[in-house]
Amino acid sequence: MKQSLFESRHQPDWDAFNSQLEALERGKSKTQAYHGFAASYRQLCQHLALAQARGYSSHLIDQLQQLAMRGHQQFYRHRSHLGAQMIRFLFGGFPRLVRSEWRSVCVASLLFFGSLALMGLLTYLYPELIFSLVSPDQVSEMEGMYDPDARRLGRFSERGSGDDWVMFGFYIMNNIGIAFQTFASGLLLGLGSLFFLLFNGLMIGAVAGHLTRIGYGEPFWSFVIGHGAFELTAIALAGAAGFKLGWALLAPGRLPRGEALRLAAGKAIQLVAGVILFLLLAAFIEAFWSSTTFASPNIKYAVGAGLWALVLSYLLLAGRRQHAPD
Amino acid sequence: MPSRSSASFSSPLPPLDTRYQVETPEGIDLHLRPAGLVPRALAFAIDLAIRGLILSATFIVLGLLGQFGMGLGTILLFLVTWWYMVLFEVLNQGRSPGKQMLGLRVVHDDGTPIGWAASLTRNLLRFVDILPFGYTLGIISCLNHPAFKRLGDIAAGTLVVYRDAPLSKPLLADAEPLPAPFTLNLDEQRAVLGFAERGGQLSAARRAELAALLAEPLQVPAEQAEPRLNGIARGLLGSAP
Repeated sequence: MKQSLFESRHQPDWDAFNSQLEALERGKSKTQAYHGFAASYRQLCQHLALAQARGYSSHLIDQLQQLAMRGHQQFYRHRSHLGAQMIRFLFGGFPRLVRSEWRSVCVASLLFFGSLALMGLLTYLYPELIFSLVSPDQVSEMEGMYDPDARRLGRFSERGSGDDWVMFGFYIMNNIGIAFQTFASGLLLGLGSLFFLLFNGLMIGAVAGHLTRIGYGEPFWSFVIGHGAFELTAIALAGAAGFKLGWALLAPGRLPRGEALRLAAGKAIQLVAGVILFLLLAAFIEAFWSSTTFASPNIKYAVGAGLWALVLSYLLLAGRRQHAPD
Repeated sequence: MPSRSSASFSSPLPPLDTRYQVETPEGIDLHLRPAGLVPRALAFAIDLAIRGLILSATFIVLGLLGQFGMGLGTILLFLVTWWYMVLFEVLNQGRSPGKQMLGLRVVHDDGTPIGWAASLTRNLLRFVDILPFGYTLGIISCLNHPAFKRLGDIAAGTLVVYRDAPLSKPLLADAEPLPAPFTLNLDEQRAVLGFAERGGQLSAARRAELAALLAEPLQVPAEQAEPRLNGIARGLLGSAP
Protein backbone atom coordinates (compact mmCIF):
# COMPACT_ATOMS: atom_id res chain seq x y z
CA MET A 1 0.00 0.00 0.00
CA LYS A 2 1.30 3.43 -0.92
CA GLN A 3 1.78 5.91 1.85
CA SER A 4 -0.84 8.38 0.63
CA LEU A 5 -3.51 5.72 0.54
CA PHE A 6 -2.52 4.50 3.99
CA GLU A 7 -2.65 8.05 5.33
CA SER A 8 -5.98 8.96 3.83
CA ARG A 9 -7.51 5.70 4.95
CA HIS A 10 -6.46 6.00 8.59
CA GLN A 11 -6.31 9.75 9.14
CA PRO A 12 -9.85 9.83 10.66
CA ASP A 13 -8.82 7.16 13.19
CA TRP A 14 -5.74 9.13 14.16
CA ASP A 15 -7.71 12.33 14.51
CA ALA A 16 -10.26 10.58 16.71
CA PHE A 17 -7.47 9.11 18.84
CA ASN A 18 -5.88 12.54 19.08
CA SER A 19 -9.04 14.16 20.39
CA GLN A 20 -9.51 11.28 22.84
CA LEU A 21 -5.97 11.89 24.06
CA GLU A 22 -6.60 15.59 24.47
CA ALA A 23 -9.65 14.88 26.61
CA LEU A 24 -7.62 12.54 28.80
CA GLU A 25 -4.69 14.95 29.04
CA ARG A 26 -6.97 17.72 30.23
CA GLY A 27 -7.88 15.37 33.06
CA LYS A 28 -11.48 14.85 32.13
CA SER A 29 -12.42 11.50 33.54
CA LYS A 30 -15.62 11.16 31.61
CA THR A 31 -16.36 7.63 30.65
CA GLN A 32 -16.58 8.30 26.93
CA ALA A 33 -12.95 9.40 26.97
CA TYR A 34 -11.95 5.93 28.14
CA HIS A 35 -14.32 4.12 25.85
CA GLY A 36 -12.39 2.11 23.30
CA PHE A 37 -9.13 3.77 24.27
CA ALA A 38 -7.19 0.54 24.64
CA ALA A 39 -8.32 -0.72 21.26
CA SER A 40 -7.48 2.57 19.51
CA TYR A 41 -4.08 2.63 21.20
CA ARG A 42 -3.29 -0.89 20.07
CA GLN A 43 -4.43 -0.05 16.56
CA LEU A 44 -2.21 3.00 16.50
CA CYS A 45 0.77 0.93 17.62
CA GLN A 46 0.04 -1.47 14.79
CA HIS A 47 -0.12 1.39 12.30
CA LEU A 48 3.22 2.68 13.57
CA ALA A 49 4.82 -0.72 13.20
CA LEU A 50 3.37 -1.06 9.68
CA ALA A 51 4.56 2.39 8.68
CA GLN A 52 8.05 1.54 9.85
CA ALA A 53 8.08 -1.85 8.18
CA ARG A 54 6.93 -0.35 4.87
CA GLY A 55 9.51 2.40 4.95
CA TYR A 56 7.04 5.28 4.98
CA SER A 57 8.38 8.79 5.32
CA SER A 58 9.85 10.23 8.50
CA HIS A 59 7.10 12.78 8.84
CA LEU A 60 4.38 10.16 9.03
CA ILE A 61 6.37 7.98 11.39
CA ASP A 62 7.19 10.91 13.67
CA GLN A 63 3.55 11.84 13.78
CA LEU A 64 2.49 8.32 14.69
CA GLN A 65 5.33 8.07 17.16
CA GLN A 66 4.12 11.16 18.98
CA LEU A 67 0.59 9.81 19.15
CA ALA A 68 1.90 6.47 20.42
CA MET A 69 4.00 8.27 23.02
CA ARG A 70 1.04 10.27 24.28
CA GLY A 71 -1.14 7.16 24.25
CA HIS A 72 1.50 5.30 26.22
CA GLN A 73 1.58 8.10 28.80
CA GLN A 74 -2.17 7.89 29.30
CA PHE A 75 -2.41 4.13 29.11
CA TYR A 76 0.26 3.47 31.72
CA ARG A 77 -0.70 6.30 34.04
CA HIS A 78 -0.90 5.12 37.65
CA ARG A 79 -4.37 6.03 38.72
CA SER A 80 -4.52 4.15 41.96
CA HIS A 81 -6.54 5.29 44.92
CA LEU A 82 -3.92 6.92 47.10
CA GLY A 83 -6.14 6.73 50.18
CA ALA A 84 -6.85 3.01 49.90
CA GLN A 85 -3.21 2.35 49.17
CA MET A 86 -2.11 4.28 52.24
CA ILE A 87 -4.52 2.47 54.52
CA ARG A 88 -3.34 -0.88 53.22
CA PHE A 89 0.25 0.24 53.72
CA LEU A 90 -0.50 1.39 57.25
CA PHE A 91 -2.35 -1.76 58.31
CA GLY A 92 0.11 -4.30 57.03
CA GLY A 93 2.51 -3.20 54.34
CA PHE A 94 4.72 -1.03 56.48
CA PRO A 95 5.27 -3.36 59.46
CA ARG A 96 5.76 -6.26 57.06
CA LEU A 97 8.35 -4.23 55.18
CA VAL A 98 10.16 -3.31 58.41
CA ARG A 99 10.27 -6.98 59.40
CA SER A 100 11.50 -8.09 55.99
CA GLU A 101 14.28 -5.47 56.16
CA TRP A 102 15.20 -6.57 59.68
CA ARG A 103 18.93 -6.62 58.95
CA SER A 104 19.33 -2.96 58.13
CA VAL A 105 16.71 -2.03 60.73
CA CYS A 106 18.67 -3.89 63.41
CA VAL A 107 21.97 -2.33 62.39
CA ALA A 108 20.52 1.18 62.34
CA SER A 109 18.69 0.68 65.65
CA LEU A 110 21.78 -0.72 67.34
CA LEU A 111 23.90 2.19 66.14
CA PHE A 112 21.36 4.83 67.10
CA PHE A 113 20.00 3.50 70.39
CA GLY A 114 23.37 2.01 71.32
CA SER A 115 25.24 5.27 70.91
CA LEU A 116 22.40 7.08 72.67
CA ALA A 117 22.45 4.79 75.71
CA LEU A 118 26.23 4.62 75.90
CA MET A 119 26.65 8.37 75.64
CA GLY A 120 23.90 8.93 78.18
CA LEU A 121 25.59 6.63 80.65
CA LEU A 122 29.03 8.12 80.09
CA THR A 123 27.76 11.70 80.45
CA TYR A 124 26.00 10.70 83.64
CA LEU A 125 29.22 9.28 85.03
CA TYR A 126 31.67 11.85 83.62
CA PRO A 127 29.91 15.24 83.70
CA GLU A 128 32.51 17.15 81.70
CA LEU A 129 31.99 14.84 78.71
CA ILE A 130 28.98 16.81 77.49
CA PHE A 131 31.15 19.82 76.69
CA SER A 132 33.08 17.79 74.13
CA LEU A 133 29.89 17.57 72.06
CA VAL A 134 27.71 20.52 73.00
CA SER A 135 28.82 24.10 73.48
CA PRO A 136 28.28 25.66 76.94
CA ASP A 137 25.69 28.08 75.53
CA GLN A 138 23.61 25.25 74.19
CA VAL A 139 23.95 23.36 77.46
CA SER A 140 22.55 26.26 79.45
CA GLU A 141 19.78 26.67 76.86
CA MET A 142 18.89 23.00 77.28
CA GLU A 143 18.91 23.41 81.04
CA GLY A 144 16.55 26.36 80.69
CA MET A 145 14.17 24.32 78.55
CA TYR A 146 13.76 21.56 81.10
CA ASP A 147 13.95 23.61 84.26
CA PRO A 148 11.47 21.95 86.65
CA ASP A 149 10.09 25.39 87.55
CA ALA A 150 9.14 26.27 84.00
CA ARG A 151 5.46 26.44 83.17
CA ARG A 152 5.77 24.74 79.82
CA LEU A 153 8.34 22.26 78.66
CA GLY A 154 10.46 21.83 75.63
CA ARG A 155 11.53 24.32 73.04
CA PHE A 156 9.88 27.75 73.03
CA SER A 157 8.97 27.39 76.68
CA GLU A 158 11.22 30.32 77.53
CA ARG A 159 8.99 32.56 75.41
CA GLY A 160 6.07 31.47 77.48
CA SER A 161 4.13 31.07 74.29
CA GLY A 162 0.98 29.06 74.62
CA ASP A 163 0.83 28.52 70.92
CA ASP A 164 1.21 24.85 70.15
CA TRP A 165 0.98 25.52 66.43
CA VAL A 166 4.40 27.14 66.29
CA MET A 167 5.89 24.11 67.93
CA PHE A 168 3.97 21.72 65.72
CA GLY A 169 5.32 23.47 62.62
CA PHE A 170 8.82 23.60 64.03
CA TYR A 171 8.86 19.92 64.98
CA ILE A 172 7.63 18.87 61.55
CA MET A 173 10.24 20.96 59.80
CA ASN A 174 13.08 19.96 62.09
CA ASN A 175 12.42 16.27 62.61
CA ILE A 176 11.33 15.30 59.14
CA GLY A 177 14.26 17.30 57.79
CA ILE A 178 16.64 15.26 59.95
CA ALA A 179 15.00 12.01 58.90
CA PHE A 180 15.22 12.94 55.22
CA GLN A 181 18.89 13.81 55.58
CA THR A 182 19.59 10.57 57.41
CA PHE A 183 17.93 8.64 54.59
CA ALA A 184 19.32 10.53 51.60
CA SER A 185 22.91 10.64 52.76
CA GLY A 186 22.87 6.85 52.82
CA LEU A 187 23.58 7.15 49.11
CA LEU A 188 27.16 8.07 50.07
CA LEU A 189 27.94 4.36 50.55
CA GLY A 190 25.96 4.43 53.78
CA LEU A 191 28.45 6.76 55.42
CA GLY A 192 26.02 9.68 55.65
CA SER A 193 23.38 7.61 57.43
CA LEU A 194 26.05 6.28 59.74
CA PHE A 195 27.12 9.81 60.58
CA PHE A 196 23.62 11.16 61.19
CA LEU A 197 22.60 8.15 63.30
CA LEU A 198 25.68 8.37 65.48
CA PHE A 199 25.61 12.16 65.68
CA ASN A 200 21.96 12.31 66.73
CA GLY A 201 22.39 9.34 69.07
CA LEU A 202 25.39 10.92 70.79
CA MET A 203 23.74 14.35 71.04
CA ILE A 204 20.48 13.07 72.50
CA GLY A 205 22.36 10.70 74.80
CA ALA A 206 24.63 13.47 76.07
CA VAL A 207 21.75 15.83 76.75
CA ALA A 208 19.71 13.10 78.44
CA GLY A 209 22.63 12.04 80.64
CA HIS A 210 23.49 15.61 81.57
CA LEU A 211 19.93 16.65 82.45
CA THR A 212 19.38 13.52 84.50
CA ARG A 213 22.60 14.11 86.40
CA ILE A 214 21.77 17.69 87.36
CA GLY A 215 18.36 16.65 88.62
CA TYR A 216 16.19 17.76 85.69
CA GLY A 217 15.45 14.15 84.91
CA GLU A 218 11.78 14.17 85.68
CA PRO A 219 10.70 17.06 83.39
CA PHE A 220 13.02 15.81 80.67
CA TRP A 221 12.02 12.16 80.65
CA SER A 222 8.34 12.82 81.09
CA PHE A 223 8.58 15.25 78.18
CA VAL A 224 10.38 13.01 75.72
CA ILE A 225 9.00 9.59 76.52
CA GLY A 226 5.68 10.06 74.71
CA HIS A 227 6.72 11.31 71.30
CA GLY A 228 10.12 9.60 71.57
CA ALA A 229 8.40 6.31 70.82
CA PHE A 230 7.58 7.52 67.32
CA GLU A 231 10.39 9.98 66.78
CA LEU A 232 13.39 7.86 67.78
CA THR A 233 12.02 4.79 66.00
CA ALA A 234 11.47 6.89 62.90
CA ILE A 235 15.06 8.18 62.90
CA ALA A 236 16.35 4.62 63.23
CA LEU A 237 14.09 3.49 60.36
CA ALA A 238 15.26 6.39 58.21
CA GLY A 239 18.82 5.28 58.89
CA ALA A 240 17.86 1.72 57.91
CA ALA A 241 16.46 3.04 54.62
CA GLY A 242 19.71 4.94 54.05
CA PHE A 243 21.75 1.81 54.75
CA LYS A 244 19.75 -0.05 52.14
CA LEU A 245 20.88 2.49 49.53
CA GLY A 246 24.49 2.33 50.66
CA TRP A 247 24.50 -1.46 50.82
CA ALA A 248 23.12 -1.71 47.28
CA LEU A 249 26.14 0.28 46.11
CA LEU A 250 28.67 -1.60 48.24
CA ALA A 251 27.36 -5.10 47.58
CA PRO A 252 25.09 -5.09 44.54
CA GLY A 253 25.10 -8.88 44.28
CA ARG A 254 24.48 -10.16 40.78
CA LEU A 255 23.05 -6.92 39.48
CA PRO A 256 24.77 -3.87 38.04
CA ARG A 257 25.19 -1.19 40.72
CA GLY A 258 22.67 1.17 39.12
CA GLU A 259 20.02 -1.53 38.92
CA ALA A 260 20.67 -2.73 42.48
CA LEU A 261 20.38 0.86 43.69
CA ARG A 262 17.10 1.34 41.86
CA LEU A 263 15.60 -1.79 43.40
CA ALA A 264 16.86 -0.92 46.88
CA ALA A 265 15.55 2.64 46.55
CA GLY A 266 12.08 1.27 45.76
CA LYS A 267 12.03 -0.53 49.11
CA ALA A 268 13.77 2.26 50.98
CA ILE A 269 11.33 4.93 49.87
CA GLN A 270 8.47 2.89 51.32
CA LEU A 271 10.29 2.83 54.62
CA VAL A 272 10.63 6.61 54.33
CA ALA A 273 6.89 6.92 53.71
CA GLY A 274 6.31 5.12 57.01
CA VAL A 275 8.90 7.33 58.67
CA ILE A 276 7.03 10.43 57.52
CA LEU A 277 3.80 9.12 59.05
CA PHE A 278 5.59 8.33 62.31
CA LEU A 279 7.15 11.77 62.46
CA LEU A 280 3.88 13.54 61.79
CA LEU A 281 2.39 11.62 64.69
CA ALA A 282 5.42 12.41 66.82
CA ALA A 283 5.20 16.12 66.04
CA PHE A 284 1.53 16.09 66.92
CA ILE A 285 2.14 14.35 70.25
CA GLU A 286 5.14 16.55 71.02
CA ALA A 287 3.28 19.78 70.38
CA PHE A 288 -0.09 18.97 71.88
CA TRP A 289 0.62 16.41 74.61
CA SER A 290 4.26 16.26 75.72
CA SER A 291 4.54 19.98 76.34
CA THR A 292 1.47 20.25 78.53
CA THR A 293 1.92 20.50 82.25
CA PHE A 294 -1.56 19.60 83.46
CA ALA A 295 -0.77 15.87 83.34
CA SER A 296 1.45 14.68 86.16
CA PRO A 297 4.76 13.05 85.23
CA ASN A 298 3.43 9.66 86.30
CA ILE A 299 0.58 9.87 83.84
CA LYS A 300 3.04 10.89 81.13
CA TYR A 301 5.29 7.95 81.95
CA ALA A 302 2.32 5.61 81.74
CA VAL A 303 1.15 7.07 78.43
CA GLY A 304 4.71 7.05 77.11
CA ALA A 305 5.20 3.40 78.06
CA GLY A 306 1.90 2.63 76.37
CA LEU A 307 3.04 4.40 73.21
CA TRP A 308 6.34 2.52 73.15
CA ALA A 309 4.48 -0.76 73.56
CA LEU A 310 2.13 0.31 70.79
CA VAL A 311 4.96 1.14 68.38
CA LEU A 312 6.87 -2.05 69.09
CA SER A 313 3.85 -4.31 68.87
CA TYR A 314 2.76 -2.52 65.69
CA LEU A 315 6.11 -3.09 64.04
CA LEU A 316 6.42 -6.66 65.27
CA LEU A 317 2.88 -7.95 65.04
CA ALA A 318 0.73 -5.92 62.62
CA GLY A 319 -0.06 -7.43 59.25
CA ARG A 320 0.96 -10.95 60.18
CA ARG A 321 -2.29 -12.46 59.04
CA GLN A 322 -2.48 -13.41 55.41
CA HIS A 323 -5.50 -11.22 54.74
CA ALA A 324 -4.88 -8.16 56.77
CA PRO A 325 -7.92 -5.95 57.20
CA ASP A 326 -7.73 -3.19 54.67
CA MET B 1 15.67 20.34 12.66
CA PRO B 2 17.33 16.97 12.66
CA SER B 3 15.21 14.22 11.33
CA ARG B 4 14.13 11.97 14.15
CA SER B 5 13.65 9.01 11.93
CA SER B 6 13.48 5.61 13.43
CA ALA B 7 16.89 4.18 12.85
CA SER B 8 16.04 1.28 15.13
CA PHE B 9 13.94 -0.66 12.72
CA SER B 10 15.99 -0.48 9.60
CA SER B 11 19.48 -0.62 11.01
CA PRO B 12 20.95 -2.49 13.95
CA LEU B 13 23.39 0.35 14.75
CA PRO B 14 22.55 2.47 17.75
CA PRO B 15 21.75 6.07 16.87
CA LEU B 16 24.55 8.59 17.16
CA ASP B 17 22.53 11.10 19.14
CA THR B 18 21.30 10.85 22.74
CA ARG B 19 17.91 9.40 21.96
CA TYR B 20 16.77 6.83 24.45
CA GLN B 21 14.71 3.95 23.18
CA VAL B 22 12.09 2.14 25.18
CA GLU B 23 10.36 -0.93 23.87
CA THR B 24 6.76 -1.00 25.00
CA PRO B 25 4.67 -4.10 25.68
CA GLU B 26 2.88 -3.34 22.40
CA GLY B 27 6.10 -4.13 20.57
CA ILE B 28 6.94 -0.63 19.38
CA ASP B 29 9.88 1.59 20.27
CA LEU B 30 9.30 4.90 21.97
CA HIS B 31 11.94 7.55 21.45
CA LEU B 32 12.73 9.75 24.41
CA ARG B 33 15.14 12.64 24.21
CA PRO B 34 16.88 13.10 27.59
CA ALA B 35 17.58 16.70 28.52
CA GLY B 36 21.13 17.72 29.33
CA LEU B 37 22.61 19.70 32.16
CA VAL B 38 21.93 23.26 30.97
CA PRO B 39 18.15 23.12 30.40
CA ARG B 40 17.76 21.19 33.63
CA ALA B 41 19.79 23.73 35.57
CA LEU B 42 17.74 26.55 34.08
CA ALA B 43 14.50 24.79 34.97
CA PHE B 44 15.76 24.34 38.51
CA ALA B 45 16.73 28.02 38.75
CA ILE B 46 13.23 29.03 37.69
CA ASP B 47 11.68 26.69 40.26
CA LEU B 48 14.00 28.06 42.91
CA ALA B 49 12.94 31.62 42.11
CA ILE B 50 9.26 30.67 42.19
CA ARG B 51 9.69 28.99 45.56
CA GLY B 52 11.49 32.04 46.89
CA LEU B 53 8.63 34.25 45.78
CA ILE B 54 5.96 31.98 47.28
CA LEU B 55 7.76 31.84 50.60
CA SER B 56 8.49 35.53 50.92
CA ALA B 57 4.92 36.44 49.94
CA THR B 58 3.31 34.01 52.39
CA PHE B 59 5.65 34.91 55.22
CA ILE B 60 4.67 38.55 54.91
CA VAL B 61 0.98 37.62 54.99
CA LEU B 62 1.28 34.99 57.72
CA GLY B 63 3.50 37.25 59.77
CA LEU B 64 0.44 39.40 60.32
CA LEU B 65 -1.38 36.45 61.87
CA GLY B 66 1.05 36.18 64.77
CA GLN B 67 1.96 32.88 66.39
CA PHE B 68 -0.58 30.77 64.55
CA GLY B 69 0.66 32.25 61.28
CA MET B 70 4.23 31.46 62.22
CA GLY B 71 3.35 27.82 62.83
CA LEU B 72 1.50 27.66 59.55
CA GLY B 73 4.43 29.38 57.87
CA THR B 74 6.86 26.78 59.18
CA ILE B 75 4.68 23.97 57.89
CA LEU B 76 4.48 25.79 54.57
CA LEU B 77 8.25 26.18 54.49
CA PHE B 78 8.52 22.45 55.02
CA LEU B 79 6.01 21.74 52.25
CA VAL B 80 7.71 24.05 49.78
CA THR B 81 11.20 22.80 50.61
CA TRP B 82 10.54 19.10 50.38
CA TRP B 83 7.25 18.67 48.51
CA TYR B 84 7.07 21.39 45.83
CA MET B 85 8.77 19.27 43.19
CA VAL B 86 7.05 16.04 44.19
CA LEU B 87 3.54 17.49 44.09
CA PHE B 88 4.05 19.20 40.75
CA GLU B 89 5.75 16.22 39.14
CA VAL B 90 3.10 13.73 40.19
CA LEU B 91 0.03 15.89 39.74
CA ASN B 92 1.10 17.85 36.66
CA GLN B 93 2.28 15.08 34.33
CA GLY B 94 5.93 15.22 35.38
CA ARG B 95 6.32 18.96 35.02
CA SER B 96 7.26 21.47 37.68
CA PRO B 97 6.68 25.07 36.53
CA GLY B 98 10.36 25.45 35.62
CA LYS B 99 10.37 22.25 33.60
CA GLN B 100 7.15 23.30 31.91
CA MET B 101 8.74 26.55 30.77
CA LEU B 102 11.79 24.74 29.42
CA GLY B 103 9.66 22.08 27.72
CA LEU B 104 10.86 19.24 29.94
CA ARG B 105 9.12 16.55 31.90
CA VAL B 106 10.07 13.64 34.15
CA VAL B 107 9.17 10.06 33.26
CA HIS B 108 10.09 6.63 34.53
CA ASP B 109 12.89 4.81 32.72
CA ASP B 110 10.28 2.86 30.78
CA GLY B 111 8.57 6.01 29.54
CA THR B 112 5.55 5.76 31.85
CA PRO B 113 4.41 8.83 33.81
CA ILE B 114 6.19 9.36 37.11
CA GLY B 115 4.49 8.20 40.30
CA TRP B 116 4.73 9.12 43.98
CA ALA B 117 7.50 6.71 44.96
CA ALA B 118 9.89 7.61 42.16
CA SER B 119 9.27 11.32 42.47
CA LEU B 120 9.80 11.27 46.23
CA THR B 121 12.99 9.25 45.79
CA ARG B 122 14.53 11.54 43.20
CA ASN B 123 13.65 14.68 45.13
CA LEU B 124 14.81 13.42 48.54
CA LEU B 125 18.10 12.28 47.07
CA ARG B 126 18.57 15.81 45.75
CA PHE B 127 20.08 16.32 49.20
CA VAL B 128 23.04 14.18 48.11
CA ASP B 129 23.24 15.68 44.64
CA ILE B 130 23.83 19.16 46.06
CA LEU B 131 26.81 17.93 48.09
CA PRO B 132 29.46 19.10 48.79
CA PHE B 133 28.38 22.45 47.36
CA GLY B 134 26.39 23.79 44.40
CA TYR B 135 25.18 20.44 43.02
CA THR B 136 28.72 19.16 42.48
CA LEU B 137 27.86 15.46 42.74
CA GLY B 138 24.72 15.91 40.66
CA ILE B 139 26.60 17.74 37.92
CA ILE B 140 29.38 15.15 37.78
CA SER B 141 26.84 12.34 37.62
CA CYS B 142 24.76 14.18 35.01
CA LEU B 143 27.73 14.81 32.74
CA ASN B 144 28.95 11.23 32.99
CA HIS B 145 25.67 9.46 32.38
CA PRO B 146 24.56 8.64 28.82
CA ALA B 147 21.02 9.76 29.68
CA PHE B 148 22.16 12.74 31.82
CA LYS B 149 20.90 11.33 35.09
CA ARG B 150 21.85 12.77 38.42
CA LEU B 151 22.23 10.40 41.38
CA GLY B 152 18.59 10.83 42.38
CA ASP B 153 17.49 9.89 38.89
CA ILE B 154 19.63 6.75 38.89
CA ALA B 155 18.20 5.59 42.21
CA ALA B 156 14.62 6.47 41.34
CA GLY B 157 14.83 5.11 37.79
CA THR B 158 13.64 8.34 36.21
CA LEU B 159 14.57 10.42 33.19
CA VAL B 160 14.15 14.09 32.41
CA VAL B 161 13.12 14.29 28.75
CA TYR B 162 12.06 16.92 26.27
CA ARG B 163 8.41 17.12 25.42
CA ASP B 164 7.70 16.55 21.74
CA ALA B 165 7.21 19.71 19.72
CA PRO B 166 4.14 19.70 17.47
CA LEU B 167 4.98 18.72 13.90
CA SER B 168 4.15 20.73 10.82
CA LYS B 169 3.44 19.05 7.53
CA PRO B 170 6.37 19.40 5.14
CA LEU B 171 5.77 20.78 1.66
CA LEU B 172 7.07 18.56 -1.08
CA ALA B 173 8.44 20.06 -4.27
CA ASP B 174 6.18 19.65 -7.29
CA ALA B 175 7.27 16.81 -9.49
CA GLU B 176 5.79 14.21 -11.79
CA PRO B 177 5.55 10.84 -9.95
CA LEU B 178 8.15 8.45 -11.27
CA PRO B 179 8.80 4.79 -10.59
CA ALA B 180 12.12 3.96 -8.95
CA PRO B 181 14.66 2.83 -11.56
CA PHE B 182 15.56 -0.20 -9.44
CA THR B 183 14.19 -1.82 -6.31
CA LEU B 184 14.98 0.31 -3.28
CA ASN B 185 15.56 -1.29 0.07
CA LEU B 186 13.89 0.22 3.16
CA ASP B 187 16.84 2.43 4.08
CA GLU B 188 17.13 3.83 0.57
CA GLN B 189 13.40 4.43 0.39
CA ARG B 190 13.48 6.33 3.70
CA ALA B 191 16.48 8.31 2.51
CA VAL B 192 14.77 9.41 -0.71
CA LEU B 193 11.59 10.35 1.17
CA GLY B 194 13.65 12.14 3.79
CA PHE B 195 15.41 14.15 1.09
CA ALA B 196 12.09 15.23 -0.42
CA GLU B 197 10.52 16.11 2.95
CA ARG B 198 13.50 18.10 4.15
CA GLY B 199 13.99 19.96 0.90
CA GLY B 200 12.32 23.06 2.30
CA GLN B 201 14.94 23.33 5.06
CA LEU B 202 17.93 23.12 2.72
CA SER B 203 19.37 25.72 0.39
CA ALA B 204 19.06 25.14 -3.33
CA ALA B 205 22.81 24.65 -3.68
CA ARG B 206 22.90 22.07 -0.90
CA ARG B 207 19.93 20.22 -2.41
CA ALA B 208 21.65 20.07 -5.77
CA GLU B 209 24.89 18.93 -4.15
CA LEU B 210 23.18 16.13 -2.24
CA ALA B 211 21.17 15.01 -5.24
CA ALA B 212 24.26 15.00 -7.46
CA LEU B 213 25.69 12.22 -5.32
CA LEU B 214 22.99 9.98 -6.76
CA ALA B 215 23.34 11.11 -10.38
CA GLU B 216 25.38 8.08 -11.32
CA PRO B 217 23.12 5.30 -9.99
CA LEU B 218 20.08 7.17 -11.35
CA GLN B 219 21.86 7.47 -14.71
CA VAL B 220 20.96 11.13 -15.21
CA PRO B 221 23.11 14.28 -15.56
CA ALA B 222 23.91 15.86 -12.20
CA GLU B 223 21.60 18.84 -12.68
CA GLN B 224 18.58 16.60 -13.29
CA ALA B 225 19.19 14.46 -10.22
CA GLU B 226 17.14 16.66 -7.88
CA PRO B 227 13.88 16.71 -9.90
CA ARG B 228 14.35 13.01 -10.51
CA LEU B 229 14.68 12.28 -6.79
CA ASN B 230 11.62 14.39 -6.00
CA GLY B 231 9.75 12.48 -8.68
CA ILE B 232 10.74 9.14 -7.21
CA ALA B 233 9.66 10.36 -3.78
CA ARG B 234 6.27 11.35 -5.21
CA GLY B 235 6.04 7.96 -6.81
CA LEU B 236 6.81 6.24 -3.51
CA LEU B 237 4.19 8.27 -1.65
CA GLY B 238 1.59 7.55 -4.29
CA SER B 239 -1.45 9.71 -4.81
CA ALA B 240 -4.38 9.86 -2.47
CA PRO B 241 -7.53 8.43 -4.01
